Order: sequence, then structure tokens, then C-alpha cells
Amino acid sequence: MTGAPMTAVPMTEAQLLAAVTPPFADRLRLRAAWTGLFALTAFCAWFVDLSPARLWEGFGKLGRLVWLMLPPDPAGFLGEFAAALAETLAMALAATLLAAALAFPLSLLGARNLAPHPGLRFGVRRLFDLLRGVEELIWAMIFVRVVGLGPMAGVIALTLSETGMLSKLFAETFEQAEQRMVDSLRAAGANKAEVVRFAVLPRALPVMASHVLYFLESNVRSSTILGIVGAGGVGFQLADRIRVNEWRQVGCLIVLILLAVATIDWISGRLRRRLIEGGKSAA
Amino acid sequence: MRSAEDFDSAWEQARRDKRRTLAAGGAIVAALFAVSAWRSELDPVRLAEGLPGIVDYLRQTIPALRSAADLREWFWGLDRWLLLLAETLAIAFLATLLGTAVAALLSFSAARNLARSRWERTLTRRALELARTVPVLVFALIFVVAFGGGPLAGVLALAVHSAGSLGKLFSEVNENAGMGPVDSLRATGAGWAQTARYAVLPQSLPSFLSYSMLRFEINVRSASVIGFVGVGGIGQELYYAIRQFLYHDVGAILALIVLTVTAIDLVGEKLRGLVSDGGAIAP
Repeated sequence: MTGAPMTAVPMTEAQLLAAVTPPFADRLRLRAAWTGLFALTAFCAWFVDLSPARLWEGFGKLGRLVWLMLPPDPAGFLGEFAAALAETLAMALAATLLAAALAFPLSLLGARNLAPHPGLRFGVRRLFDLLRGVEELIWAMIFVRVVGLGPMAGVIALTLSETGMLSKLFAETFEQAEQRMVDSLRAAGANKAEVVRFAVLPRALPVMASHVLYFLESNVRSSTILGIVGAGGVGFQLADRIRVNEWRQVGCLIVLILLAVATIDWISGRLRRRLIEGGKSAA
Repeated sequence: MRSAEDFDSAWEQARRDKRRTLAAGGAIVAALFAVSAWRSELDPVRLAEGLPGIVDYLRQTIPALRSAADLREWFWGLDRWLLLLAETLAIAFLATLLGTAVAALLSFSAARNLARSRWERTLTRRALELARTVPVLVFALIFVVAFGGGPLAGVLALAVHSAGSLGKLFSEVNENAGMGPVDSLRATGAGWAQTARYAVLPQSLPSFLSYSMLRFEINVRSASVIGFVGVGGIGQELYYAIRQFLYHDVGAILALIVLTVTAIDLVGEKLRGLVSDGGAIAP
């Protein structure tokens, strides 16, 4: 806006168009961005062999597969499926609790206001960045080679990759502790453990519990697929039934997975809401 | 007025209540852990035997590096692996693009303030929920059957999941858009699609872009593992390396994946910062 007085100046259509059209340089930049995006897309499509014919044929086949899944039917394997699903949930829960138990002492080392030594903190964080940089499924597959087929490999994989993230979140929660309370407890002669117990934990605990619940939800999702590489849980049944073309059982397994995920999300969501409300009323 | 004794007894009572809740909660968590550890075959003895094995495995993935020649020998398949990494990136890119397009189209129907009917909104939301709750790997397993092995199945599996997660985020962005432009466009007689395009999209676009970039980073990680079920990319190569105990290859490929993911995260962080800054200036 030039700050000129707003009087009703009659404008021709050309003037109006010129007034609302962005400057030439901007238009050029936009056009270049679109062209670049288009070229990149075309190249990638060629690179992965994406052709309309393949898409057409594939979607037709996919439609038939979905049709074959209906109605979902366990065909007498409901007991086996339920057991596999229970194993999946157990893996997620065990890994979450283990990760929380491991993350607690690590986060004390990692929190800026509590850490005994900055170098230690740096080392611990980098180690966990590395563990997290590799997907759980890759760890699961490696651990299956080491500890054998079964859910334990999955639990170790989930635990290792979540501990780092959880201890980082815990440490950040501790760092939000009120320094005044820490200081006054120290002034009263409290040792480190007492400072953590009485100044830091009371406010941090609900937040930490909420983080743990969030990770439980995420772990339930992850643990449904670990079975595909033999690391336990319902993923094994799913991959197996797809291999032998039992599509109605596949449909049933997908429905069961969705139900389990939705149930855990619902329970965890309710608990988290209560924690947040409880935390508010306590503060 | 309450006497000091009243206060003392009330305090004692509150303490006792709190302790009881804490003990009950602790007992429940301990019981849950015991059950889940039992169901996921978490045997302390096997675990203690397995953990050194894991450290051993990881040590074996890195050969003794005394000279540049050793390094060259470790990365003997670099040319091939880089090509596969490029394929993985292409899969992630196409999937992000497709997912973003679908999500952007559906996000207006899923937004509370824009949907034309409750039916439209509920249906869109359920569809998006389904797309993001089914794990990517499950989509990949099914799409491999429908579209044949190769990257195309991976692109579509990731795209469906991306559309589901982005659609939810995009619709929330749309719900936060200012309704002023919407109302004025409606007053001029603009239709629903025109309102979405000219009143809402300009406000939402910077957030859309930034979420899409974040999704690309996530998709690169996922694309590196969906190769496990036969959709190409670096994941498939890693799968064979792990299965055939080619320790050095496992180490080299993992190093490449971690490097790529880290580089993309760093670049993405910068770019997203730029986009959201631009967004802050543009409106």
C-alpha cells in the first residue's frame, strides 16, 4: 500500500489486471518451481517404472482382492488369531514399560539441570540418535538372527529404539522443573535424590506418564508388523495368510488389528486426559 | 475455622489416600508387566545370553579399517547401493506427492467448517482414518500381490498411508483458517470448490507444504524398510544381506541409510524453516 488516499478512481480492466498480477520475477520463480517439480516427478515415475497400463491392471487386481476379503472370516482360526493379537499387545506393553524403566535413569543423566557431566550427556544422546536412526523393523530382523525367532527379538527392537526418544522427552520434562523449588530444597540441605523426589518428580510424573502412554500407542502399531520378519505377533499370521491366498482370513486379521489399535488408543486417550486434568488440579 | 488437629488428620488422610492410589497403580503396572513379559517370552536368562550376541553382531558389521583400501572394500557395492538408495528416494518422493495431492483434495470435505454435510465429513474422516491406521507394511504386502513386485507397490502403499495422515493434519489446518475470506467469496456467489481454492487454500498452503516435507522425511525412513516385502529399493538389498549373514554389507548399507536419513532430516529442517517463515510473511 502506497498510502495514497483511497478515492474511487475509475480503472480500466487492463489496469486492474496489472494491479493484481504478481511481479514478473515472482511469476518466473513460481513457473520454475512448477517446472522443476514436474520434471522431478516425471523422472521418478520413469525410474520406478510407473506406467498407466500397470496402474490400470494393478487397480483391477486390487479391486478383486478386496472383493475376495469380503466378508472377513477367521475360518476356525479365531483362537490362533486372538493369541497372536494378545502376543502383539504384550510385546508393545513389555517394550514400553522396559523402555520407561531404562529411560528414567538415563534421563537423569541427560537433563541439563541434573546431569552430573555434560560429556556423558552428549555421548548418551548420540548413541540413542544412532539407535533411532535405524527403523525398528531392521533391528527386529537383526535381533531375530541373534536371539532366534519369536517375540523377544521384537521386544528388544522396540525397547532399544524407543528408550532414546523417551529418555530425551523425560529429560526435557525435568528441565522444565522450577529452579526455585530445586534451589530451596538444596538450601534446606537436601541431597540429589531428595531434590529429584520432592522438587522435580511431583510435577514431571503426570507428563512422563502421558508420554509413556503415547509410546504405548505407537508401539502397538509397530508391533503388529514385526511378525513379518519373524519377531513375534500378529504380523506373522498376516504375511502367512497373504502368501497362501486366504483373503477372507486376511480381511479378518486386518479388522482385528484395527480394533486392537482403536481400543488401545481409546483407553490411552482417556488415561492421558485424566492425567492432564489431574496434573492441572494438583498444580 | 479448623483447628490444627483437623488439619493434621486431613493431611494424614490425604497422604494415606495418595499412598494407596500409588500402591494400587504400581501393583497394576507390575502385574501388567509380568503378564506381558510372560506372553512375549521375555526370559531373563535368554535375554542375558542374547544381549552380548547383539553387541557381537554389531561389532562384526564393521570391518577393521586400516587404510582407504579397506574402506573401499567395505563399500564394494557402492555404485549399486547408491542406485538403490536413489530408487528408495524416488519411491518416497512420489508417495509423498501422491499422498499430498489426495490429502489436499479430501481435506476440505473433512474440515468441520467447510464440509457440506455431516455425511460428507464423517465418510471422509473414516476413510482417512482407515488409510493411516493400517500399517504401511500391510498395504505393501497386499499391493505386491496386486501390482507385482517392484517399487510401484511401495509407492502406492506409502501414498495411501501418507494421504491418511496428511489428510487429518490438512483438515485441521483448514479448520483454523480465517472465515472472513470464505464468507466474502460466498457472498460473491462463488461455489464450494471455488471457495476452497481461493479462500482457504491460500491460507493453508504454507502449512500443507511444511507437513508434506516432514512426511517426505518419514517416508524415506519407511521406504527403506518396505523393501523387506519385495518392493525394491535399498531395503530389499539389506534384507538379503541380513538373511545371508553378510555382516560387512549389513554395516555398510545401514551406514548409508543412516547418513541419507540424517542428511535429509537436516536439509528438511532448513527448508521447513524457510517455508514457514515465508508463510508468516505472505498473508
